[in-house]
Amino acid sequence: MPRKFTPKIITSNHLLRGDTIYLSPSGKWVDRFRQARVFTDETEATQALAAIDRQRNIHVGAYLADASVSKDGVPQPAHFREQFRDTGPSNYFHGKQAEV
Amino acid sequence: MNSIIVRDDGFHEDELSEAVFTSLETLKTGVEVPVYLHLENDEDPACLPLYFCWLRLIRIPFPDFADGRGFSLASAIRRLGYQGCLRARGHLIADQYRQARQSGFDEVEIGKGLAARQPERQWLVQLANNPGSYQDRLFGKRPVPAAPKSGHLRPELSPSSAGMPTV
Amino acid sequence: MYNYSEFDETFVRARVAEFRGQVERRISGALTEEEFKPLRLKNGLYLQLHAYMLRVAIPYGTLNSRQMRQLAMIADRWDKGYGHFTTRQNVQFNWPGLGDVPDILDALADVSMHAIQTSGNCIRNVTADHFAGAASDECEDPRPTAELLRQWSTDHPEFQYLPRKFKIAVTGSRADRAVTRAHDIGLRLITSEEEETGYQVLVGGGLGRTPMIAKIIRPFLPRQHLLPYIEAILRVYNLSGRRDNKYKARIKILVHETGLDELRSRIEAEFERRLADFAGVDQGVVAAIEEAFAAPAFVARPNNRHLDRLDADSNYREWVRTSLARHKRPDYGIVTVSLKRVGGTPGDATSVQMTALADLAEKYSHDELRVSHEQNIILPHVSRADIPAVYDGLRAAGLASANVGLISDIIACPGMDYCALATARSIPVAQDIARRFDELGLEKEIGPMKIKISGCINACGHHHVGHIGILGLDRAGVENYQITLGGDATDKAAIGRRAGPGFSAEALLPALERLVDRYLVERQDGSESFIDCYRRVGEAPFKSALYPGATQRRTRFRRRKRA
Ligand code: SF4
Repeated sequence: MPRKFTPKIITSNHLLRGDTIYLSPSGKWVDRFRQARVFTDETEATQALAAIDRQRNIHVGAYLADASVSKDGVPQPAHFREQFRDTGPSNYFHGKQAEV
Repeated sequence: MNSIIVRDDGFHEDELSEAVFTSLETLKTGVEVPVYLHLENDEDPACLPLYFCWLRLIRIPFPDFADGRGFSLASAIRRLGYQGCLRARGHLIADQYRQARQSGFDEVEIGKGLAARQPERQWLVQLANNPGSYQDRLFGKRPVPAAPKSGHLRPELSPSSAGMPTV
Repeated sequence: MYNYSEFDETFVRARVAEFRGQVERRISGALTEEEFKPLRLKNGLYLQLHAYMLRVAIPYGTLNSRQMRQLAMIADRWDKGYGHFTTRQNVQFNWPGLGDVPDILDALADVSMHAIQTSGNCIRNVTADHFAGAASDECEDPRPTAELLRQWSTDHPEFQYLPRKFKIAVTGSRADRAVTRAHDIGLRLITSEEEETGYQVLVGGGLGRTPMIAKIIRPFLPRQHLLPYIEAILRVYNLSGRRDNKYKARIKILVHETGLDELRSRIEAEFERRLADFAGVDQGVVAAIEEAFAAPAFVARPNNRHLDRLDADSNYREWVRTSLARHKRPDYGIVTVSLKRVGGTPGDATSVQMTALADLAEKYSHDELRVSHEQNIILPHVSRADIPAVYDGLRAAGLASANVGLISDIIACPGMDYCALATARSIPVAQDIARRFDELGLEKEIGPMKIKISGCINACGHHHVGHIGILGLDRAGVENYQITLGGDATDKAAIGRRAGPGFSAEALLPALERLVDRYLVERQDGSESFIDCYRRVGEAPFKSALYPGATQRRTRFRRRKRA
């Protein structure tokens, strides 16, 4: 039996701004985890990652991150590190959480 | 011809692309004519002064631009008194050209791919913007003469003029 | 204060211009990220979790009011109005954009500052005793040595691509406030039996995954041989340090694997060779450095106001007790300003606070400020007559916490709130501890205590040398905290021992409370500090306080066996 593939999203940091960005279903970079495209197929995920790796002067260090997906299909970070990247630091109201 | 040689006056074709390089091990067994030496970056240069007069050029590899052993090796070889041509070869980037020159290298051999991505101008600007070095200020300019331009190309170079060890 | 010479100025400006070009070439694609990364790191620029982070050097921790004001300006103009002072006498800005960094570097150069070699596999910002030039137990000011090393190591062509980062610390005092024993090279200014000043050279200290206390490689190095000797160490390290494994690449591993004696003889051989063509260091440069660190013009003044205030104001008394250290002149004092307000972020100062500190330094501390590795700010030369005024100024800026050296004076690295390498958060842990012991009103009772927290094994929060060290880890996707006990960062340097299994974030605070309670029970009297008590009674009582269940189980088992 093939091992179960945890759903993934693609995330990176913006080259100029440095902030966290996510690959959306339309192939654009967006700001929040919940807007990211969810990959449920491993091959598809790695192929997409390889493809955007070519846009090297837009972003830095893209990778696949685990997501847990709600019933209505919205992805949430599966690990606390991704949670913090998606919101911002806990000592100040800065970062994504402060952006409307 | 897969390499480009970077010197202070710009990019050059590699005149030594056909040349045969000798290893340190072979050098130690004795050679009969002046040779081009390939020194690995983990080899000990301490014995080199014995052979300086047999060397037309020393080439030191940079397997990765973040591996800085070659810089110390070049500096050590200069301190041993070598005055001939020192060549760095491999993955060095334009931003390291000044360090290479200051450590004692005369020239850098890079692949054509890198040369296309980092054209001549990006290498030469390294020297143009050189503000001088703290080390020269502290110790005075090092007594290392630059090698004669393309010195290794003169086949008539006789062992006695190739620079005997000074220490 | 060392001000840039014409050469420094030209050099730093050229470096900024060079970095500006490198940023442009990164954006255009001429440089790949792999190639750009070491270049940006050499200019102090990291890419962290939420943004870029710029680490600015404060060489040997010394700065003047103009420089501090400029940091405040940078925080306001290009960041979010604050800066974070680190354990390596640097200041970090957490939110700059890549395109703005060259401008920030130019603004730093305007006040003789830079971010050169604050990261990357090169010789990092040279640190020194934060009480340098002011301490009462000092044999000699370590800063001229540190400045000489700064100049020598800056853009050293041979040592920009070392196997790993390389940290040097210098002290001129017997009390080691610069943690020299936890550095790749530690230098201690000492006087020989012949009354000659020179250095005791230590090598191979470091925290991180394999913590080690540095060993003496040269008991006495004549002053004039400093640079050739250090160069010899670096050359041997550059050529033979390991490059196959990042965690084994520091010089401490080379010392460990090669053996101190063998390494010493290799270094001495290289040193001999280097001496052969060494004609001494340019005396003009040396003289300029020495002159820059001449003692300020101290003025003797009556200190009645200080004495009266001590009598009348108990808050002032409390603050003086924790914050004032002995100066080499009896009519002066060294003021440590706590950046550890209870509930705040250790090491953070707002731009308003930085400006207030600059004003106080200009008025009352001969225009000098220091940054300590304990993430506090020092006003090194305050006349006792001015101490009340300094206190009032600090209070107005929210900087008069009377907790220096106490349980809430915690060293904490940025951890997973900012750092891309982190495995857990450290700032909230520090905040919780400070708040809890403040609520309990126990801080004063507990007395001297060093808690140090790192958010990963890299140990930027020095947890190994905390009396209580806390290391944040990721255990199966949950933050988990490991406690070490008995570490010491001073001249009695010691690596703390792991107490046992880690604690969840919720269980950590109660565990620490049990630990502290046990200390209060075990200590002989109020004058025995936690670390002294720990050394006297050993780790057993503290372990059983941390893991009550475990001990019970073990005792029960033993009893059963006996029965
Ligand atoms: S100890 Fe780890 S988490 Fe903390 S600052 Fe250093 S690298 Fe980051």
